[in-house]
Amino acid sequence: MQMDDRSKLLRRYVIDAMRGGGRGHLGSSMSMIEILRVLYDSVLKFDPANPKSLDRDRFVLSKGHGCLALYAILADKGFFPISELESFCRPTSRLGGHPERGKVPGVEASTGALGHGLPIAVGLALAMRLQKRNSRVFVLTGDGEINEGSNWEAGMAAAKHKLSNLTVMMDYNKLQSYGKTSEVLDLEPLVDKWKSFGFVTHEVDGHDVAALEAIFKKLPFSDSAPSAIICHTIKGKGFPFAEGNPEWHHKSGMTETDIQQMYDCL
Amino acid sequence: MRKTALDCVYKLGKIDERVVFVGSDLGPGVLDKMKTEFPQRFFMEGVSEQYIVGMAAGLAMEGFIPYVNTIATFLTRRCYEQVAVDLCIHDLPVRLIANGGGGVYAPLGPTHLAIEDIAIMRALPNMAVVAPCDADEMNRLMMSTLEWPHPIYIRLGKGGDKIVSDEKNGFELGKAIIMRSGTDGMFVTTGVMTQLALETADLLKKDGVNVGIVHMHTIKPFDSSGVISAIENVKAVVSVEEHIVNGGLGSALLETCSELRPDLLSKIARVGIPDKFATEYGSQNSLLKHWGITSDTLVGAMMKKLGG
Ligand SMILES: Cc1ncc(C[n+]2csc(CCOP(=O)(O)OP(=O)(O)O)c2C)c(N)n1
Repeated sequence: MQMDDRSKLLRRYVIDAMRGGGRGHLGSSMSMIEILRVLYDSVLKFDPANPKSLDRDRFVLSKGHGCLALYAILADKGFFPISELESFCRPTSRLGGHPERGKVPGVEASTGALGHGLPIAVGLALAMRLQKRNSRVFVLTGDGEINEGSNWEAGMAAAKHKLSNLTVMMDYNKLQSYGKTSEVLDLEPLVDKWKSFGFVTHEVDGHDVAALEAIFKKLPFSDSAPSAIICHTIKGKGFPFAEGNPEWHHKSGMTETDIQQMYDCL
Repeated sequence: MRKTALDCVYKLGKIDERVVFVGSDLGPGVLDKMKTEFPQRFFMEGVSEQYIVGMAAGLAMEGFIPYVNTIATFLTRRCYEQVAVDLCIHDLPVRLIANGGGGVYAPLGPTHLAIEDIAIMRALPNMAVVAPCDADEMNRLMMSTLEWPHPIYIRLGKGGDKIVSDEKNGFELGKAIIMRSGTDGMFVTTGVMTQLALETADLLKKDGVNVGIVHMHTIKPFDSSGVISAIENVKAVVSVEEHIVNGGLGSALLETCSELRPDLLSKIARVGIPDKFATEYGSQNSLLKHWGITSDTLVGAMMKKLGG
């Protein structure tokens, strides 16, 4: 699928940050650009001038190592200046290699240790219900990330509590750190797994903006169960040398040539 | 150091069929040699630290010696109960190889910084805690792990560290090494901080201050008599660790002296990470500076205790 200008712009922001920090999770960030773009452009309720407004929707990036994509969209929306992106990973920057609540406006939870987002999101969703707020809670996990048992403990609880205000999205890019998810720890049948855990579950092409918008419009999929959206994506999307290549999960010590090679793809 | 540790797992696997490797979604290509040559004893499992520790316990119960490897924070915090119950209560010979002790993963922030790993591992009965100072010592440690009948936590520094250890000193788990003797003061160190202490001792020597180093590669079991004999005759002692100041090497030293030689307590100062999560990113070196673990602070701490 061709990337439009907006998808390219957000990818450019990610590279700006990588150039500043000399490092970053390229593959992990590029697979989730369209998911975040659609979430922030068309789905979530938020106010960059008042990032803690009580009636905002909550988005938790559970795969914290994909934070470059989150920083790109937050900067684009005005949570902090776009020029700040290039401070990525510098000693006194707010923008670290994993996102931190309280440091970065718009970041709801400090993540980076995998498997924490969904349990936290269940707590947030329960709090919204107890406080009679209409805010919705969204959480994005990786596919390798859901190897962690904590996701499934939280998943069962989300169903038990009938959290229709909770949506879990998976960035199903078919790769984890070591290699293919199908070889390291096969998740299939993934749709059936989430269904059997009590989630009303749909699949979508995670790079197809129109398809993403359409699926998010259908939320909640049920008013008595949590929702799951499995987003089929390509790790490193947009960068042929990185697409589907585990060597580009994370890179440090990036050179100007590496960086230029990335800009050239856009 | 990490490469050496993993190469040793392969070497051990070649000489001993009980050796198995268990990783948790590590980087591509890790220990490919082992995977090719004895694939049945190479396990690359998913992102699931709790499970791999339990699984290693099961293997060990049946006579295997599992070497388990992942990032230090995830191998300690995430599966602490599995380590305590499955490994330590059962007292099984599982080896935990922990990448990135201290500030190695500086740019990745506090979720990835193993700052209290020594303290929480040291708190567990039956667990040995080891932090070699360079790749050569890592090699000696690893090659001596086959017959230790209990669990071992092995803390890795970053790669490419200078070699400061000496083969002549050998390696015995639980036995302190006097890297340099001193007449005025002693640094009590562990892990790669031994390197920093050696550099600092050189600086102090230029000013006519004679300071030695006792390297505690093993923090548990703690070599009480070794460390006491190393420090009892000097005027000042500074412990140095890339670890939170509570509960690590410095605490072990104070506990030991408090029990056996309270007269030594007043000459001891501790240098380590302050009691808070990292607030900066940057590099390991910039973080060490931010934490106040530098040659300058070591000189300052030593001179203060020496009354200078
Ligand atoms: C608890 C925990 N264990 C291990 C890691 C190290 N780690 C970081 S990313 C990663 C792979 C994640 O794969 P996936 O969830 O598929 O993300 P993506 O492919 O999108 O990068 C691993 C193992 C971690 N961050 N947290």
